[in-house]
Amino acid sequence: MVQLAGSAGRPVDAPAIALGAAPTPSLRPDADRATAQNNADARRSAITRTVIHVLLLAGALVMVFPFYWMLATSLKSNAESVAFPPTFFPTELHPENYPNALAAAPFGRYFFNTALVAVCQVVGVLTVSSLAAFAFARMEFFGKNALFMAFLATLMIPSEVTLIPNFVIVTKWLGWYNTYQAQIVPALGSVFAIFLLRQFFMGIPRELEEAAHIDGCSRFRFLWAIILPLSTPALLTVALLNFLGAWNSFLWPLLVTRSPEMRPIQLGLHVFNTEFGSRYGELMAASTLVIAPTVILYLVAQRYFIEGIARSGLKG
Amino acid sequence: MTARAINWTPTAGMSAAGRRRYWRGTGIAYLYLSPAVLLLTVFHFFPGFYALYISTWRWGIVQERWVGLENYVRALSDEAFWRSLGVTVWYVLLAIPAEMVLGLLIAYLLFQPIRGRSAYRTLYFLPYVTSSVAAAIVWAWLYNNEYGLLNSLLKGAGLPAGRWLRESSGVIELFASNFGLSVPGWLSGPSMALAAVSAMSVWHYIGFHVVIFLAGLGNIPRELYEAARMDGADEGQVFRRITLPLLSPTTFFLGTVSTIGALQAFNQIYVMTNGGPLDTTRTLLMLVFRTFYQQTRVGYGSAMAFLLTFLILLLTLVNFRLVGRRVHYD
Repeated sequence: MVQLAGSAGRPVDAPAIALGAAPTPSLRPDADRATAQNNADARRSAITRTVIHVLLLAGALVMVFPFYWMLATSLKSNAESVAFPPTFFPTELHPENYPNALAAAPFGRYFFNTALVAVCQVVGVLTVSSLAAFAFARMEFFGKNALFMAFLATLMIPSEVTLIPNFVIVTKWLGWYNTYQAQIVPALGSVFAIFLLRQFFMGIPRELEEAAHIDGCSRFRFLWAIILPLSTPALLTVALLNFLGAWNSFLWPLLVTRSPEMRPIQLGLHVFNTEFGSRYGELMAASTLVIAPTVILYLVAQRYFIEGIARSGLKG
Repeated sequence: MTARAINWTPTAGMSAAGRRRYWRGTGIAYLYLSPAVLLLTVFHFFPGFYALYISTWRWGIVQERWVGLENYVRALSDEAFWRSLGVTVWYVLLAIPAEMVLGLLIAYLLFQPIRGRSAYRTLYFLPYVTSSVAAAIVWAWLYNNEYGLLNSLLKGAGLPAGRWLRESSGVIELFASNFGLSVPGWLSGPSMALAAVSAMSVWHYIGFHVVIFLAGLGNIPRELYEAARMDGADEGQVFRRITLPLLSPTTFFLGTVSTIGALQAFNQIYVMTNGGPLDTTRTLLMLVFRTFYQQTRVGYGSAMAFLLTFLILLLTLVNFRLVGRRVHYD
């Protein structure tokens, strides 16, 4: 999906450089001139490449520095974190900031809440979306196109408009204030996930279905035993993006939860920040712990994240 | 079995057995679709209409009485609403052009045949996957007035420290005051606090722009570059005449999507400034949140949310009109 095969660079005559163009007097001045030209090109493109690397490195430094500073502060004593001039490396390591932060607020519970909500959301979205995507991709039924358009239309309703009515629906009508289901259920209907899976399911050859049918395989079994295993990349993308969304969600849980027993990690971190904002080492330790799972997941499964984002972006 | 347009007599020309099979298939399909239909109806479709209903009521802790368009009239004559609209527009103007230009630059550099491209891409995308709450806390620490790194560096260089997230004065006003000039209020510009929040947003979202621009660059056929070079075009000409025009659908899409995203920015503002100082970072969504959640004015908040949505729709249309004409779809 994300095509990185670039071609904007100047073509370099590789053999000419590799063989070093023998310095013997030549009987073909034209060829010599061509080689000199190639060498100049190669040199220029080497300079260009260096400039590109310098620019990209400088940018990457800016991107990574806040993370470094977070880590460095998380290992400093409180006195060192506010010292002037600031120290770029901790002079003394204080890893006890981590257990101290965890002890200062019910972070264990926050992590558990978020993990539970995220896992339920991922499983729920995968189930609901696979079923719907299968119907759209592999069945003929009355009102298919109209329903598909209706699903598309929900993408046009921005989230800030549905925020208040959803709050009323979830807390007043369903009575789910301060519960897990309030954090899980409204996120289960994902049009993006349905579209992505539908697209993938449509690419699986029809012959497989016919063969399965002849072998006496039921429709649901066909979905479960053949389509889903073949769609692992698409399912992974949906799962990862939903996990990320659930892990980082803040505004909705802020509205529908009240007690630490139900609150997710992002809210817990925010509360910690407002209460112990001046214990910088512990605050940064807590932030590191909140960020760590998503960063690790991203580094392990980068391809799915980036492809998913690119696709979600391009499919709108 | 071929795809069928909406047809009120879809079974025309079918045998009785075929008709039975078709309706049975329809029943089964809706069984598969029912969870999604139920969820989307309850949490997406219905709330869209319900929001409109709520916005026409005087609705505090309880639903009181129907007031028609009164909430809208009040919002449009509310000074807080217009100030927040101004803040929102400034936020978009500070963040989006920077994200677009830097995002394209980085994507263009990453598209060149150099070593370590995927490592760079990994780093640039990293902030996007981290939680905006944690990232905002880290940036607030960098901006910290007393002990933040930014002020320490300024102090070390013998420069005056800034007040960053607590500075309500406009950036133009601050800049002019360096030269002993004072500017009129309308020219003071967005507050330094808003600029500081915007800088964090640019850092946080730029990876998204890079990834989308990279996908767009990958979709431009290589033959076009080769043909242009054969005709003797230099790098700058190729960029202006081929890359930029052919990238315009991507650019248009990104501009629209990220502007809509910026209009919905909440987490980092709530964590870093909570709308302050002096309400200079209180965007429209922050105002909606305060009105509806902290002041429990549900009807009024809903009307404001609708006005924000109108703004989003309007922007999409204007954007489409302005840019759409110049977009190349090939």
